Amino acid sequence: MSGNMPAAEAINNLIQELNKLPGIGPKSAQRIAFYLLRSPEEESRLLAEAIASLKQKITLCSVCCNLTETDPCPICNNATRDRAAICIVEQPQDILALEHTGVYRGLYHVLHGAISPTEGIGTNEIRIKELMERLQKNSITEVILATNTNLEGEQTAMYLSRLIAPLGIKVTRLARGLPFGTELEYADDMTLTRALEGRQTF
Amino acid sequence: MPEPRDYQTEAIVIKKTKLGEADRILTFYTPHFGKLQAVAKGVCRPKSKMAGHLELLTYSHVSLARGRNLDTVTGSQTIDGFLAIKNDLWLTSCALYVTELINQFGAERMENFPLFQLLLNTLQQLVPAPNKEIVLRYFEMHLFAEAGFRPQLRECVSCRKTLTPGINFFSLNSGGLLCPDCAQNNPYRYPLSVNAQKVLRLLEDCSFSTANRLKLDAELAEEIKTVLGNYLKYLLERDIKSAHWLDSLKEQIAQAAPPALPRSPDSI
Repeated sequence: MSGNMPAAEAINNLIQELNKLPGIGPKSAQRIAFYLLRSPEEESRLLAEAIASLKQKITLCSVCCNLTETDPCPICNNATRDRAAICIVEQPQDILALEHTGVYRGLYHVLHGAISPTEGIGTNEIRIKELMERLQKNSITEVILATNTNLEGEQTAMYLSRLIAPLGIKVTRLARGLPFGTELEYADDMTLTRALEGRQTF
Repeated sequence: MPEPRDYQTEAIVIKKTKLGEADRILTFYTPHFGKLQAVAKGVCRPKSKMAGHLELLTYSHVSLARGRNLDTVTGSQTIDGFLAIKNDLWLTSCALYVTELINQFGAERMENFPLFQLLLNTLQQLVPAPNKEIVLRYFEMHLFAEAGFRPQLRECVSCRKTLTPGINFFSLNSGGLLCPDCAQNNPYRYPLSVNAQKVLRLLEDCSFSTANRLKLDAELAEEIKTVLGNYLKYLLERDIKSAHWLDSLKEQIAQAAPPALPRSPDSI
């Protein structure tokens, strides 16, 4: 699209790059580019630096595979956390959501995906090997499977529990049931079945 | 008269891909529209009213609205969630293999009711069947038939003579068996034992319940799996991704089971 656009080369480049970002179409890209052009130079410099440092500073934690600036990551390094429990999640974003609750005090392990046979994602494409090494090296008493409750997440959880249970470690799965603020009539069979099975004394 | 904007259909979810923040593109297989792609909005959010009804391997009643490009799902209600399949790793993997093949062979917006019936039957049979592998082989044979690739198993595809009992050759590029004379110059041939030929002919014609009574030893089962797998690969001109997963899972299950127990994954 740069070929027939009358704007200057530098603007076209920026628009093209912005256009690659998720959720940003050509018009939004144009708007952002012209906004940056009008705003103080300081602002675009900060943005450019923030983007540049992203790839330079962020690495994977050698213990839990979470994204981090320091290795091991602040969670793995935190002496006050319970080192006997590992919570297994699919994405680094899932840790943010769980940490936001402030309820869990153990450690994490990020798989970076879930088993999805039709997409060609098997056990070697996600970080299961790192997890198993970690379980063998450290004394872990509980593994919490916190993968998504869709088919891929369930499949990954079932696979991991087969793998981990023989090691004599307690394997638990996050409760699956009704999310807060929903209406019962729209719930599907799977969710309702799980919700009934996991009901508790009130 | 223009087509109505909204329509409803039964559908089995065979594939999903993410679209943007919280949307998904779903691929359905339907009784009367064949393969169908549609956008389901907001199904990645926890409060989505449709998400649970639109998970992979779910047989649902869906309402759709016609769009310029892709249709949009406006509502859904589960008919059968195949919960017994979803609660078992091996069954889920078998079912995903089935849906991947349906997605490859099914034509978009082309009614193929027998193919839909085959898909639904296969998913329903997977749970009670004593040997899941036979269900998959039965599915493959009938998939060939419904998709227009039914292999010729009774006479030689080249010289048209009735085949004599004995080793004959399965030819991938001519889509059927060749007698030993005709097979000599064919590069895509696989020798097939008498028993394997018999099983293939039986699978082609029999019902699920007859197929379920079949008992195959490991060697024969492997021979049939290989020849059908190669034919699939030849027709699709690509690998079947979930087949690799199925094989590796089977191997791991066999390794994990103590040798005294039967080593078939179906016994787990």
